[in-house]
Amino acid sequence: MHQNSFTIISSLNKTILLTLISFILLTTGCEQQKTTPVAGGVAQLSGKLNITGSSTIAPLAAELAAIFESKNPQLRINVQTGGSSRGLADIRQGVSDIGMVSRKLKTEENDIQAHLLANDGISIIVHKDNPITSLTEEQIKSIYLGKIKNWKSLNGVDKKITVINKAEGRSTLEVFLHFFKLKNVNIKPDVIIGDNEQGVKLVSRNRYAIAYVSIGTAEYNIKSGTTIKALPLDGVEATTEKLASGEFPLSRELNFVTKNKPSPLAQAFLDYSRSNEARKTIEEFGFVPIK
Amino acid sequence: MNALPTNNNLADTLLKIASWASGIFIVLFFGYLLFDITVNGFSRIDFSFFYESPVNAGRQGGIAPMLISTLLILILCLCISLPIGIASAIYLAEYTNEKQWFSRFIRRCLNIISGVPSIVMGLFGYAFFVIALKLGFSLLSGALTLAAMVLPLLIRSIEDSLRAIPQSYRLNAHALGLSQWRMIFQILLPMASQGILLAVILSIGRAMAETAALLYTSGYVMRTPDSIMDSGRSLSVHIFDLSMNVPGGEPSAYASALTLIVLLLIINTITAYISRIIKNRSIK
Amino acid sequence: MFPLNKDKILLIVLRIMAGISVLSLLFILFYLVKEALPILQSISSHRFFTDESWHPTSGSYLLLPMIIGSILIMLGAMIVSAPLGILTAILSQFYAPPWFTKPLNRTVEILSGIPSVIYGFLGIVTIVPLLAEFQAPGTSVLAGVIVLSFIVLPNIVLISNNALSQIEQVHIHNAMSLGLSRYAIIRHVILPQAKPGLFTGIVLQSGRAIGETLAVLMVCGNVVQIPGSIFEPVRTLTSNIALEMAYAMNDHRSALFLSGLMLMVVVLVVILIAEKFSPQANIQ
Repeated sequence: MHQNSFTIISSLNKTILLTLISFILLTTGCEQQKTTPVAGGVAQLSGKLNITGSSTIAPLAAELAAIFESKNPQLRINVQTGGSSRGLADIRQGVSDIGMVSRKLKTEENDIQAHLLANDGISIIVHKDNPITSLTEEQIKSIYLGKIKNWKSLNGVDKKITVINKAEGRSTLEVFLHFFKLKNVNIKPDVIIGDNEQGVKLVSRNRYAIAYVSIGTAEYNIKSGTTIKALPLDGVEATTEKLASGEFPLSRELNFVTKNKPSPLAQAFLDYSRSNEARKTIEEFGFVPIK
Repeated sequence: MNALPTNNNLADTLLKIASWASGIFIVLFFGYLLFDITVNGFSRIDFSFFYESPVNAGRQGGIAPMLISTLLILILCLCISLPIGIASAIYLAEYTNEKQWFSRFIRRCLNIISGVPSIVMGLFGYAFFVIALKLGFSLLSGALTLAAMVLPLLIRSIEDSLRAIPQSYRLNAHALGLSQWRMIFQILLPMASQGILLAVILSIGRAMAETAALLYTSGYVMRTPDSIMDSGRSLSVHIFDLSMNVPGGEPSAYASALTLIVLLLIINTITAYISRIIKNRSIK
Repeated sequence: MFPLNKDKILLIVLRIMAGISVLSLLFILFYLVKEALPILQSISSHRFFTDESWHPTSGSYLLLPMIIGSILIMLGAMIVSAPLGILTAILSQFYAPPWFTKPLNRTVEILSGIPSVIYGFLGIVTIVPLLAEFQAPGTSVLAGVIVLSFIVLPNIVLISNNALSQIEQVHIHNAMSLGLSRYAIIRHVILPQAKPGLFTGIVLQSGRAIGETLAVLMVCGNVVQIPGSIFEPVRTLTSNIALEMAYAMNDHRSALFLSGLMLMVVVLVVILIAEKFSPQANIQ
C-alpha cells in the first residue's frame, strides 16, 4: 500500500513541477512578444491597446474592438470595465491607452482629451401595466423628493410608489440630478441600484415602481417584450430617433478619452469607431452615433 | 454511514422528521434551480455554443474563450494554492499544537483571510498583483488573488483530515524508525487524500463561483488568452455581465449558467471516481 | 558543520509555506490601511457614526447603518442556514438510506459551486417580486437573508458532513454497546465530539456570508438606513464598495476603502468571539 501511494504522490509532484516550468516558459515567451515593434502606417496594424472605464460603454467597445481585431489579426485590444472614474484614473496613470467616460468631461478635467463616440439618453420607466401614460418634469421631481408618495395622487392606482434611484457617483445619476435640478441628499429612494439592467429587472416585476435608465437599455428591452414602458418627457417620446433628432432633452455624451495626443495605434481605433461601419454597431447597442 | 440502532422514541422521530425535511428541501430547491436554468437556457445552447467566440457582447455566438480562461485560472490557482495549502496543513497538524503562539497566530490569520470580502480581495489584487507587481490584467493576477482566497478553506480541511488520522499510526511509524519525511509522504498524506480531495472540490467550487475579485484582476476581455499573462473573462464574470449590463443578455446568461452547472457536475463525477480508486487502493 | 538532514529541510520549507498566508494577510491589511488613511486624516473618526447621512460627494460619511446592515443580514442568514445545514448533514450521515445519501451529497457539492450571482439573479426575478406583492418594495433585509442563506447552506452541509464523519468509531461502538438509543448517541456522543469542527466551519461560513457582495447588492435595495423592519431595504458595507467604487474619486474612494477596513474589523470581532467560545480549547 505504501509503495503504491508513494508513486501517486511523487508523480503528482512531478506533474505540478512540469506545469509550473511550462508556465514560466509561457510567461517569458510572452515577454518577448511584447517587444515586437508597433507598425505605424502599414495597412496591417499590430501591437496591444488597453481600453478601460465606463460599464455603459464597455460592451460596445468590446464589440468594436473584436471587429477591428478581425481586420488586423496582429492587433490585441483589451477592454476592461470598471466605471468612468477608473477610465480617467487609468489613463492618468498610464495603465491604459484609451479611457471610456459616459458623461461630458468637467472643466477641471482639462488634462484629458475627449473623443465623442455617441450620445445616450436617459428615460423614465414604469411597469407596462401602470395606467400612467405621461409625467411632467414637476411630477417626476415630486416623486423623487418624496412629496408624492402614492400613484393615486397622479390619477393612478392606490398604491405606494417604489422609487428607484442610482448609486452615488454614477454618471447616469449625475445627469439625472443635473437635468431636474435635484440634490441627491434630498431624494427619498426605496431602492438604490447599480447597473441599468438591475433597474429594468426590478421595474418589470414591480407594477408600482419607477426608475430611470439608459434609453438604449429601455428600448432594447421594450422591443424584446420586457414588461416595462418608457414615459415621454415634456411630451417627447423616449426613443433613440427622438434622441438622434435632438428633441429628447435628457441626454449625455459617451466619450473615449486619451491623455494628450493618442498614439498612432489608438488613433487608428478611434478613427474606426467613428467610421460608417462602426455606426451600425453603435446603433445596435441602442446609442446614437455622432454625425 | 453508521449503522446506528433504529429503536424509536419521540426525540428520535422528531430529529428524523426534521433532518428529512431539510434534506428534501435542499433537493427540491436544487431541482427548482436546475429546472429554471435549464428551461430558460437550453434553447440558447447548441453545439457551436461551446466552440464559438461570443458575438454582439455575448448575445449571440458562444462561450469558448470564457471556458478556456476559466479552466486556466482554476489550474493556475490550484498549482499555486495546493502546495502551499498542503505544506501549511502538515506544519499545523504535525509540528504544532493549538497552544503554540505561532500556530495560533497562523490560524487566526487564516480565519481573518477567510473573512476578507471578495470585493476587497479584488481591490487588493488590483493594487498589488496588477499594479505593484506589474502583472497587469492577467489570468495569473486572477489566479494569485483566488489562491489567497481559497487558502484558508484548503488548509483548514486538509489539517482536519490529517488530525483525524489516529495517533497510533504516527507512533508505529516512529517505532519502525521511519523518518518524518517518509511518514508524511508515505503514510499521512495518502491517508488524508480523501480530505485533500474534498478540500480541492470545495476550492474549485469557490473559485469557479468567484466573480467580484476576478473582475478587478483577470479582467473582462472576451478573447481566447494566448498566455497566462493575457486578460481573460471567467464564466462567472460573463454571467454577471450578461445579466446586469447587457440588455437582452438573459438567454445567454442562463445558457452560460447551465454550462457552468454541467461543468461542476463533470468535475464532481471525476473527483468522486478518483477518490473511490484511492480508497480502494489504501484498503488493499 | 553538521549537514542538514531531509527532515530539517522539510520543516524549514513547511514553516516558510505556512508563513505565506500570514504574509498575504499583512499585505491585504497594508493596502487597505494605506488607501483608507487619507479620509481618516481629513475628518475625525466619530463622524462615521454621527454624520447625518451617507452622501460622500456632499461630504457626509455615515457608515453606521451599513455596519448594522452587514451584521444583521449575516446573522439572519446564519440563523436560517446553520440548523438546516446541520440537520441535512445528520440526515445524510445517520438517517437516509444510501440511495438518497449519494444524490443528496452530490447535489450539495454542486450547489456550493454555483456563483452567487446566479442566486442573486434568481432572487431578483422570483423572491423580490414575491415579497413586493406582500409588502413593497420587496428589496429588503428579508430578501437578503433568504438569498444569503441559500448561498452559504451548501457549504455548511459539506462542512458539517465532514465534521460528523470524522468521529472515531470506537466511541460510537461503545455507546451502542451501552444500549443507547439512536437519538441519544447522536445527541450525547456524536454532536459533542463534532462540535469543534461544526463550530469553526460555521464561523468560517459567517465570514463568507458577511463578505458576500454581488448577490446582496442585487436584492437588498441598498438604501443607507437602519431598517425599521425586515421588509425595509438596507445597504451592507460590501454592496457599498461594489456600488460606488468604480465611480469614486479622492475622499469618496478613500471612504470606500474604509468600508472595507470596517468590514475587516467586524470580521475580526466575530472571530474573536468565536475563538472565545470555541470548544476547541477545552477539548485539547
